Amino acid sequence: MKYLLRRLLHSLAVLFGISLLSFLFAGMAPGTYLDEMQLNPQISPATIAVLRAQYGMDRPLPVRYLRWLNSVAHGDWGYSFAYNLPVAPLIWRRAKNTLWLTLPATLLAWLVAIPLGVFAANQSGRWGDRIAEAGTSTILVVPDLILALALMIAAVHTRTFPAGGMSSVNVQKGRIADIHDLLWHLTLPLITLALGILPVFFRHVRAGMLEALASPSLQAARALGLPPSRILFKHALRLAANPVLSLFGLSMASLLSSSLLIEVVMSWPGLGAMLLEAILARDLYLVIGAVMFSTLLLLAGNLIADLMLYTMDPRIRIGPSQ
Amino acid sequence: MKKRTIKTALATLVALHAIGLFAGFFAPYAPTIEHRDYPYAPPMRIHFADSAGRWHLRPFVYAWLPQSTNFAEYREDTSRRYPLRFFVEKPNSGLVGTLHSHLHLFGVDGNRCFLLGTDGYGRDVLSRVIWGSRISLFAGLIAALLSLAGGVLVGSLAGYYGGLADEFLMRGSDLFLAVPWLYLLLAVRAFLPLQISPVQAFFLVVLVVGMLGWARPARLIRGVVLSARERNYVLAARGFGASDFYLLRKHIFPQVLGVMVTQAALLIPQYILAEITLSFFGLGIGEPVASWGNMLASLQQYFVLTSYWWMMSPALMLIPVAWAYSVISRSLIEQPHAFFNRH
Repeated sequence: MKYLLRRLLHSLAVLFGISLLSFLFAGMAPGTYLDEMQLNPQISPATIAVLRAQYGMDRPLPVRYLRWLNSVAHGDWGYSFAYNLPVAPLIWRRAKNTLWLTLPATLLAWLVAIPLGVFAANQSGRWGDRIAEAGTSTILVVPDLILALALMIAAVHTRTFPAGGMSSVNVQKGRIADIHDLLWHLTLPLITLALGILPVFFRHVRAGMLEALASPSLQAARALGLPPSRILFKHALRLAANPVLSLFGLSMASLLSSSLLIEVVMSWPGLGAMLLEAILARDLYLVIGAVMFSTLLLLAGNLIADLMLYTMDPRIRIGPSQ
Repeated sequence: MKKRTIKTALATLVALHAIGLFAGFFAPYAPTIEHRDYPYAPPMRIHFADSAGRWHLRPFVYAWLPQSTNFAEYREDTSRRYPLRFFVEKPNSGLVGTLHSHLHLFGVDGNRCFLLGTDGYGRDVLSRVIWGSRISLFAGLIAALLSLAGGVLVGSLAGYYGGLADEFLMRGSDLFLAVPWLYLLLAVRAFLPLQISPVQAFFLVVLVVGMLGWARPARLIRGVVLSARERNYVLAARGFGASDFYLLRKHIFPQVLGVMVTQAALLIPQYILAEITLSFFGLGIGEPVASWGNMLASLQQYFVLTSYWWMMSPALMLIPVAWAYSVISRSLIEQPHAFFNRH
């Protein structure tokens, strides 16, 4: 419990530090959303001055930061110039889409990586292992960007899947039809993202399993004559859980980065795609909000991984003190 | 991993970098030359047999004949063969005279030569891939060196002096590691000017990518320094009155070197991709300079994606690069003795 509290406090401190750094950087930024407005002859300088005052852009940086903190406390997370709305609901809508993409992709990658890794470790050195290794190594050297573009081209030519987007324009209303449409659009980004993280997962599962299979406790299990499948999936997998679960936390970072890329390429309206739009529009608070929220997701992922480790691994639960 | 695989990987990298460095010789055209009459010309086919069925020892191409009825549709003009020649002299047609050599590896006499087709402005894609490799490969390389320099500086300060400096620097690295890499990269890029010249953009991208990646190498190097500092021979040297600088340079730095090389092999491909991603998003190196990223950016247009497959060629070049670096980094981690003959 104390451990959990310490982790939470640390995460909060990190978030605070990042917001501070963001504002320091933002203070150096040349040009704001309002500068682009100035170029528009239809908007009078007086209007812009009013807007500048309204958004607090005429105040010094520390004041702006305090105002932003205040708006965070009210659950607004600043105000988007381009959307003319508070940042938090905008981000939440987009982040939901990102989660819709990343969580199933992680699940899919694990569902493939665990059996494949167990199989490869069991077959270690033989053909099955070599084929799995060669296959995942091939995927590993194909960058996500290329994977996404190649799948898009394939989708366009075969006309099986839509080339980007999240929903069809002319979809018939109805719950089942909506879900079907969403899944149809989700397939390609999902596969791209899952393929991108699969090789790393596979390698960790395989390495963890190899180590576990060589451990004395499993040699004893084999000597006792337990059935091989039970040794493999019950005992060895449990022993291999520690490095694999730590990886889950670590993989969150690359997962979110890959997701950003795939969202932009496949026009999936997620957090990453929104960040890029916000950058091009110079929508300052939206940029900061997106960065803060991606960090929040990453920290949450790490925390969940740690909690899972805590419940799965008795060595951590008891702690080093005993 | 087999020694032969590692050697092939190293040779691939050396070859790719050499081709990038001597782009003026290897590329048939300068990257900015536009053949406006040939937008989206497909790759020319290299023939050995002509239309009459006769065989020729020297490979040749046919000229593309634009079809007047349709945009960017071509047919082979089989009335005349254009043999491929090696080491051709060509009048200098580039903008910056000194940068482009007169001698080119190959070309055809009396006609254009688009072995990988052209883009929407009629620029030779093969030439742009070669010129772009100079930008993309070296941006990653320089940025990685910057990151490592920052990592060594911070890591050895934190590891060697410990205490408050260590605490401060490591909490700082926490912040940089807490934001997903691409989000961090884009956010920092967001706060920098968007409309800048390509040369400025190159240095900006290298700087941003390099400066943001110091945290991970710094942590690893800190760990190595921390353990090296307590070695008996280091303590002995300190007892003999060796200065901090001497200890760092003579005893600690050699231990750090292995970590640095391994980190470089991991960071460089990541940074090459970072440049490509930024340029792909229009936040990196812009037109008319060729970079693999801004070449791929045209694929964001639907009709390019569907119709002109050769526009994907810079992406295909990434595969050997990624493969070579992954072979090297894996072998550095798994069998470092193959590289460092120390024990």
